[in-house]
Amino acid sequence: MAERRYSKTHEWVTVDGKTATVGISDFAQAQLGDVVFLDLPKPGRKLGKGEAFGVIESVKAASDLYAPVDGTVSAVNEKLTANPELVNSDPYGEGWILKVDLKGDLPADLMDEGAYKESAEAGGH
Amino acid sequence: MANRTPLYDRHIALGARMVDFGGWDMPQQYTSIKDEHLAVRKAAGLFDVSHMGRLNVVGEAASDFLNHVVTNDVAQLQPGHAQYNLMCNEAGGIIDDLVIYKSADTDFIVVVNASNREKDVAWLRKHLPRGVTMDDKTLDVSLIAFQGPRAEELLPSKTSDTRHLAYFGFTKGAIAGVDGFISRTGYTGEDGFELFVPSAHVGDVWDAILDHGRAQGVLPAGLGARDAARLEAALRLWGNDMDESINAYEAGLGWTVKLEKGDFIGREALAKVKETGPGRRMVGLSLQPGSITRHGSAVLRDGAKIGTVTSGTHSFFLGHPIALALVEGPSLRAGDTVSVDVRGRETPAEVTKLPFYRGSAHSATAPARN
Repeated sequence: MAERRYSKTHEWVTVDGKTATVGISDFAQAQLGDVVFLDLPKPGRKLGKGEAFGVIESVKAASDLYAPVDGTVSAVNEKLTANPELVNSDPYGEGWILKVDLKGDLPADLMDEGAYKESAEAGGH
Repeated sequence: MANRTPLYDRHIALGARMVDFGGWDMPQQYTSIKDEHLAVRKAAGLFDVSHMGRLNVVGEAASDFLNHVVTNDVAQLQPGHAQYNLMCNEAGGIIDDLVIYKSADTDFIVVVNASNREKDVAWLRKHLPRGVTMDDKTLDVSLIAFQGPRAEELLPSKTSDTRHLAYFGFTKGAIAGVDGFISRTGYTGEDGFELFVPSAHVGDVWDAILDHGRAQGVLPAGLGARDAARLEAALRLWGNDMDESINAYEAGLGWTVKLEKGDFIGREALAKVKETGPGRRMVGLSLQPGSITRHGSAVLRDGAKIGTVTSGTHSFFLGHPIALALVEGPSLRAGDTVSVDVRGRETPAEVTKLPFYRGSAHSATAPARN
């Protein structure tokens, strides 16, 4: 399993070859509370790092999702349409959100687990 | 620092996510809003509502005093019964909604919203006549709510028999061996109890209810589940669905206004509203799955703004989003379609008869219709 990297906006990325898998962190899902809906892009959509690509709606609030990498959406997790709660129950597994064909390298400012934890705990939500 | 209830340490031990609510550090959820909400609908949920203000009002003229500051007819209230009420300003705007419990002819408990407690106390003090005393007991007495269709059968042992208690009735009694008040009231649309317990012993009562009920599906439930349950039951939330700029008739709470009872603060203004009809009305809206609308979103019809969403959430029990909205004019009917702003997009919503869900409470929309 590739090492998981995190953005300041609480998305995670793992990379397998040129394909990145994107989701939201366990910290983020806990902060959001029960996820009830995701508004996601279609495959083929080009993403720039930092761009809002979708919306995640919990019972409490709607939040934007930000692309942690540059690339093109190659797949979205169709299971989330019927079971958005997978983002809560298994944020790093079944609750993945997008697959992206990476353009270029992983951005250098993505954090490893330790740095992310520090940043999340310090910054709250 | 925010206030903490005597159950704070238990909430933390149960893994609660705490949020500030009306100046109090309260549990938003323990495990999942969905699970906690469904526990309330199917078995029972246990809520800490000790943040709500509890005022003792005592004196020969206590009844007349309260009757002068609220809309419902306190003179009709019998000892051992509670009554849902609005406290209005001179313009008929809602200062707070509250429940008045009559213990004896000269002895009342008033339960008010946490966020309004200081404002309410100041307002009441301003109108308090000689010979009536008001004591803020919020910190001495804790309040927990045990709500759900199975709440009665799942009360722990050493609890007084509640089967004689009518909806909105209350009595002195023991809960898990601790003396307090047992009230058949709530804010979820379900049958159940609000339990007034001395703060020194509320932890024991809390533990006893959870220990006894866990195997039967009882869960501790947070503010998230409470908000979802109350919205399905179309119970209004002060600060969302009503405030000082919204009058009782607009909020759909005209049934609490007893114009014929004699003079009270706001009566003149409310009588005028009743005569001409309210300019705005509260309606229910149902939306397609995923289209959750929130407090403050615009409601449109034929492209024109006709009102504002006052509360909105996803109803786990019904499987789609629901909302309350305050809209202009009397013309909307159940089944009509309007548009609502959802994340910047106009989204269709169907006007829905209230309440969205009628639970096991004797009347889900209308606590204390007396």
